[in-house]
Amino acid sequence: MSFISRGFQRRQAPTAASDRVPPGQYVTRDFPVLSAGATPRIGLDEWRLELVGEVDQPRRWSWQEFTALPAEDVTVDIHCVTKWSKLDTPWKGVSLDTLLDGVETSAGFVVAHSYGGYTTNLPLDDLTGGKAWVAYRYDGEPLAPEHGGPARLLVPHLYFWKSAKWLRAVELRTDDAPGFWEGYGYHNYGDPWQEQRYSGD
Amino acid sequence: MAGTAVLRRLTWAIAEVEDRTDETPRVRSLTFEVPGWPGHLPGQHLDVRLTAEDGYQAQRSYSIATPADGSRVTITVERLDDGEVSPYLTDVLVIGDRVELRGPIGGYFVWEPGRGGPLLLIAGGSGIAPLMAMLRARVRAGSDVPVRMLLSWRSGEDVIYADELNAIAGDATGVEITHTFTRSAPDGWMGRTGRLDREALASLAWTPSERPLAYVCGPTGLVEAVASALVELGHDPARVLTERFGPTGG
Amino acid sequence: MTDATHVDGNALGGLLMEVFGREMTDAHGCCASCGTVNPLGAMRVYRSAGDVMRCPTCDNVTIVMVVIRERTRLHVAGVRWIEPVA
Repeated sequence: MSFISRGFQRRQAPTAASDRVPPGQYVTRDFPVLSAGATPRIGLDEWRLELVGEVDQPRRWSWQEFTALPAEDVTVDIHCVTKWSKLDTPWKGVSLDTLLDGVETSAGFVVAHSYGGYTTNLPLDDLTGGKAWVAYRYDGEPLAPEHGGPARLLVPHLYFWKSAKWLRAVELRTDDAPGFWEGYGYHNYGDPWQEQRYSGD
Repeated sequence: MAGTAVLRRLTWAIAEVEDRTDETPRVRSLTFEVPGWPGHLPGQHLDVRLTAEDGYQAQRSYSIATPADGSRVTITVERLDDGEVSPYLTDVLVIGDRVELRGPIGGYFVWEPGRGGPLLLIAGGSGIAPLMAMLRARVRAGSDVPVRMLLSWRSGEDVIYADELNAIAGDATGVEITHTFTRSAPDGWMGRTGRLDREALASLAWTPSERPLAYVCGPTGLVEAVASALVELGHDPARVLTERFGPTGG
Repeated sequence: MTDATHVDGNALGGLLMEVFGREMTDAHGCCASCGTVNPLGAMRVYRSAGDVMRCPTCDNVTIVMVVIRERTRLHVAGVRWIEPVA
């Protein structure tokens, strides 16, 4: 048995599982910043959001065009695979349903591309039906760069690595293609409620 | 080179706390007696592992602040308010307590007198720890490698090893130590204030033609700024070594 | 690009030692993208769901360390070679 350190206790105990906290998670009041690379700095003049791939017509929005789209205020719980959960996080963003409105596609899958090169993949179904947004404000302020600003994907029902920061493009595909963490052993789907952290879970 | 080239497995040892010293209100030095410690080089670090009764484990790395001294090693720990490991080390551990640690680790951010100089040691806050091992080694060996040490502190009460640094600067030839304060200087301070920016480095560091070996340690922001400035001033990037320990050490 | 969220390869010293069985922070790695050679200890490391090492010259991912179910896996597709010191 490992040596026990006298008087040592973990700082954050796992929160009892409930209908709001998935298994193995602890609730935090912080908002940890975790990244696979440097924070890109994108000027709003050069920023574009693209919808590409298996679509009848690729679309592209400038910052002005994007922020003129109907947006929603949503308050959601988010769950990171590194075990922290943050409840009642307030965002403002454009629903993927709005972005995909009128788009004709036979795609079943999506790869989200970030400025800086990060990618993550999801089924298209998990982006539609009021389940996902492209968020550009957090807690009443413009989304900070270290949290993914100017705009990030927000998909609260999956582990937060699927909510790609610094979103640049949403690529629709007929076949699935693993993204950054998925390629390094993390689960292809990532449902926190089934604790799908790693491939094979 | 003992300690780096030797092929050995890295195993956890159970060490005993031999000494505790308050360096500042937030910083404590802990000396451990480590059975089987193979010795180490200035700049190397060790990993500390804590295990709670329920099996939960937390692990952090700390630079060794002293040169090799048989089976004794000293680390200097700053208590981070939201830390998990540092408050345990600074506030809970007492002399006689035992702790799991392993090391020494590190072959890159390492200096010993044989590597020569001139030596440029730059630190922010508790980043001074590995550089202190280097400075203490230089003094103990009676080496004549010239040293310029530049230390950035938030305020007067944050200065670690103050008395020892004053003594070394006074006694040892060829060692110059400069302090700067970024938030508030001690009463009566007539020296430098403000960050170690490019201008400060241009005036305080060795010139690039003197080809110093530079070791920069501290929070990521400071190390990033200082290392870039040194390179911009013309120093060889291969001779600017950095140890960033991130925005929080834990 | 500025950010304060990375550390140096030194920070992975213990993990690298677990995988290779010897000190590796002074080992040299050749970036598969730009060909620059750097000590592993000098690479920038971003720590999140795994530890992502990036070439200090071109920023491409060199090595990714992931600990999954207590097993450490090193993904090395971003280096052409790694050479420990003698």
